[in-house]
Amino acid sequence: MTDQPLLSVTGLTMRFGGLVAVDSVNLTAETNKITALIGPNGAGKTTIFNCLTGFYKPTSGELTLNRPGQSPVSLQTLAGYQVSRHGVVRTFQNIRLFPRMTVLENLLVAQHVGLMKKAAFGVAGLIGLKGWRAAEKEAIDRARFWIDRLDLTNVADEEAGNLSYGVQRRVEIARAMNTNPLLLCLDEPAAGLNPKETGALGDLLRGIREQFGIGILLIEHDMGLVMGISDRIHVVEYGRKIAEGTPEQIRSDERVIKAYLGEPDEEELPAMVAEDVAGQEGGRA
Amino acid sequence: MAHSIQDHLKGSIIAGLLAMVLAVPFIGLYTVSTDQGLVVEQRWPWVFWSGLIVSVGSFLMGLARDLLAARRAAKPKLAASAKPSRDDALTAKLSKGFAIGITLFAITLPFMPFSDRYIMDVGTTVLIYVLLGMGLNVTVGLAGLLDLGFVAFYAIGAYSFAILSTTLGWGFWVCLPLSGLIAALFGALLSMPILRLRGDYLAIVTLGFGEITRIVILNWQSFTGGPAGISGIPRPSLFGLSFDRRPPEGLTSFHEVTGIAFATEHRLMFLYLIALTLVLAAAWVIKRLRALPIGRAWEALREDEIACRSLGINPVASKVSAYAVGGMLGGFAGCFFAARQGFVSPESFGFIESALILAIVVLGGMGSQIGVVIAALFIVLLPEVGREFADFRMIVFGIAMIAIMVWRPGGLLSQRVPTIRLSSQKGAGA
Repeated sequence: MTDQPLLSVTGLTMRFGGLVAVDSVNLTAETNKITALIGPNGAGKTTIFNCLTGFYKPTSGELTLNRPGQSPVSLQTLAGYQVSRHGVVRTFQNIRLFPRMTVLENLLVAQHVGLMKKAAFGVAGLIGLKGWRAAEKEAIDRARFWIDRLDLTNVADEEAGNLSYGVQRRVEIARAMNTNPLLLCLDEPAAGLNPKETGALGDLLRGIREQFGIGILLIEHDMGLVMGISDRIHVVEYGRKIAEGTPEQIRSDERVIKAYLGEPDEEELPAMVAEDVAGQEGGRA
Repeated sequence: MAHSIQDHLKGSIIAGLLAMVLAVPFIGLYTVSTDQGLVVEQRWPWVFWSGLIVSVGSFLMGLARDLLAARRAAKPKLAASAKPSRDDALTAKLSKGFAIGITLFAITLPFMPFSDRYIMDVGTTVLIYVLLGMGLNVTVGLAGLLDLGFVAFYAIGAYSFAILSTTLGWGFWVCLPLSGLIAALFGALLSMPILRLRGDYLAIVTLGFGEITRIVILNWQSFTGGPAGISGIPRPSLFGLSFDRRPPEGLTSFHEVTGIAFATEHRLMFLYLIALTLVLAAAWVIKRLRALPIGRAWEALREDEIACRSLGINPVASKVSAYAVGGMLGGFAGCFFAARQGFVSPESFGFIESALILAIVVLGGMGSQIGVVIAALFIVLLPEVGREFADFRMIVFGIAMIAIMVWRPGGLLSQRVPTIRLSSQKGAGA
């Protein structure tokens, strides 16, 4: 049990018609570790996330979640909404809060699954049975804990849609944490944050990892943040994984540098394009 | 910002001419029934006068708007510093006060000295529409699923009672929950094919469901009586006491047992009080549901379905339950409607009813229960008040609707009241 990583992805492939968005990617994410997934725009990072969290059915591949003390789950076999019930929760690149509900309500919606059982699908809640009231209080306390932890106390009763971008990001993380996850997947959490907010986000993620011992999987473009907090980094380009390692290893990996900065000699055409051009000219002659 | 007098004049003349063009069919032509049948008559001066009224009115309104804008510009700080959260708390307090006030008024209304048969009758109609509005409010206002065929549930509830009572002889109080259940079942059934639809497509399918229901009722002669409808539906009784002068077999009448002199008003009062009980119960249940996980999931579904799925909420279950609960309330309203009329026919369940109920929900402000009450009052009472305007009551009705939508585009009560506030919770936890 201890040698199994929390999440292991093997041979994940996602094809949209003729386009191979993700091509046999292997990945692992471990409990108590921050794992980053980086790569240029359009590399397929979010597609991997969507496969992982049940929004896409992968064309092939095995996504196994090894829960401590329980039998492993194959995430690709679950219906979309069931993934988070097994402990994998995500945030979105473009924030998806419930804008007309308050912050507190957002966090209570996240506890829907547990509360629904306690409310006996509404019946116990409707007549206000004691068991339900206790469960509701517990849920509010959990929400309050995350509201305080993420410094949202002043805005707890505000509609989420009225908050500033940085605060909305924090609400989304708080909401995800209210599902009691084993693995927290964050899709570009630092996008749109200023440097100070990004620094605070790094501290927060490290704090969550230390305090709750959950695994964090992170897609991020902010290299300062990624290099600063990640325990392990996976790099993808054109749907393929091109490198994996610690921040130090990645920083000096030639393929990664190439993927991000391009070929060192830019005057020469890449071999394939040169062939193409030559072929066309030949055909015309 | 401010316009010159010439601009206003030009605008008002154009408005007046437009009004005159519109007034030709609406006001200029009218029908008179004579010995030769219906004859169309003309009244051109009326067209001219209505154009003039609109023209002068729009000129004055333009001036008034300029004046107000100038005054507002003089003290801009006031508008900018108003905090939305305090506004929100005030709305919550006001609507709570209004809810208590209108409930007390509704309860005491039948016992007021001025209440007569007419008031009781109109009051009951208002209550039926409030109940229908509350039902549709669950699907449209809370769960955000547009439904243009809500009248189907109303019809199903009404026909359930009509058929059960005339064939099996079951009474109102047995059939009321049954009608609700049958309508809820149809709501769940309807929700199945539309799980993947949204927006325009959802609207079309629900519209179709409403029409299909009406047409099936119209054509299934042997079961529903077809266009002739079903008559002889028993009236509700009070613990076995009938409110008829000559009670049906097996029942004793209210006036005989209590010794109060017989009066048809008592029956109308009784119907009114049943409707009021149904409405209050529905309002209470929906208020509770909103603060329960199931209700929060409905609202979350309205806000963002994808986020719902990422949090483990099953969107199928949420949609099915929203349609079922909404349909059930429609079914209750239908059952009561059948009991009150004593007669049902397909004519009562046309598309216009769906549109009217939807108008109540939208006008009230989606998701707001108090809004539904105010809008139902407005929609039912305005044509009644408008009776004094005779031919023009639908025009008055239309103008009033436009005015509301111009001034309050989000509905009368567009501010959403949160189901819970952290500040009002006791701070013992964490």
